[in-house]
Amino acid sequence: MQTIKLDKVVAMIPDGASLMIGGFMGVGTPERVIDELVRQGKRGLTVIANDNAIPGVGIGKLVTAGLVRKTIASHIGLNPETQKKMIDGSMQVELVPQGTLIERIRAGGVGLGGILTTTGVGTLVEEGKRKIEVDGAQYLLETPLRADFALVQAFLCDYLGNLTYVLTARNFNPLMAMAARTVIVEAEHVVPVGLIGPDQVLTPAPLVDYLIAHE
Amino acid sequence: MDAQTIIAKRIALELHSGMLVNLGIGIPTLVANFVPAGINIFFQSENGLIGTGPVPEEGLVQKRLTDAGGRPVSALPGASAFDSAMSFGLIRGGHLDMTVLGALQVDEGGLLANWMIPGKMVPGMGGAMDLVCGAKRVVVAMQHTAKGKPKILRKCNLPLTSVRPVDLVVTEMAVIAFPGGRATLVETAPGVSVEQVLAATEAKLEVPERVPQMQI
Repeated sequence: MQTIKLDKVVAMIPDGASLMIGGFMGVGTPERVIDELVRQGKRGLTVIANDNAIPGVGIGKLVTAGLVRKTIASHIGLNPETQKKMIDGSMQVELVPQGTLIERIRAGGVGLGGILTTTGVGTLVEEGKRKIEVDGAQYLLETPLRADFALVQAFLCDYLGNLTYVLTARNFNPLMAMAARTVIVEAEHVVPVGLIGPDQVLTPAPLVDYLIAHE
Repeated sequence: MDAQTIIAKRIALELHSGMLVNLGIGIPTLVANFVPAGINIFFQSENGLIGTGPVPEEGLVQKRLTDAGGRPVSALPGASAFDSAMSFGLIRGGHLDMTVLGALQVDEGGLLANWMIPGKMVPGMGGAMDLVCGAKRVVVAMQHTAKGKPKILRKCNLPLTSVRPVDLVVTEMAVIAFPGGRATLVETAPGVSVEQVLAATEAKLEVPERVPQMQI
């Protein structure tokens, strides 16, 4: 893991990059990274996340700034701007059931070729997908998701990069930390090695590439 | 009693001690206010918590302790927090005893539509499809009609949430179950007649000889 300044790490993200962004309605979203993406005006981004939050919060800021080309999410209902952009065609939206979305991300991070789920069978979700029968039950084959960058928000990060999360801010973060080529962490607190006990580590240090320096 | 209170109070009677229960946004959330005394329920919030408690007092809000709508909640003693893969593993894996969710339409076979109106409202399904596929018991909390039009139809014309039928529909007028896959009127609300329920319902309802009143 390398500690890096916020503007430097965001400068490494090119226009058109695919980003996995942790958080659930903005809770557990790395807000400083989002603000810097807006400041540097990164364009044509693909954003994989649970939702698009609301305007002015988390991923909602990227949508408002017109930086998102495509989003893969389970829910956009609380962001009217995403809905508007989807309808006028300025933004692509792929809606995925939440449990399927997290498992596609997990599959991408743990080397699986996909997952089988009953969720979506017989609904619009099954369009264009392979159906597989196992022991008499019908499942959809859902393919893995990976991204160029994972933007992760942690509670504690030690000097090596071991992470913990807090309460409902954990959500998609630890899964995304396994499913991207480059993992960037924004931590609330940076702490000495040893303060997070081995059993408390939720994302082991070797998964983390960059920790954003506190300023 | 207003419509929402009738629905929430009636659904609360379905709760038993030790159950793991997920409440959706809207009327379902109100069910937590009417848990009978002495009954302990594990409420799950699909953003990663079991043991969701009421909205905290002013000054005790923790911005990283929220419900699935992003609003502040509290955590009860014995609560646990986990990631979204665990959360949906609980839901799809058959560990959730009951889910309570809203509906746009339910049909006479118990199929549910609650996630989009093509061309009008496309919010996304969130966790609804997983909840309906995976929960041991699916309970719908909704008003009986919308703008005077029935919501319990012969056949849903909106996109379905799942091909798994729901187990119970509770409205401010009636409780409807689906034994043998057929919509059956099992209770009426206080002051509501069987005829009034039938008039507000498009689906063909089976009506037993005796239809008791909701005990709320």
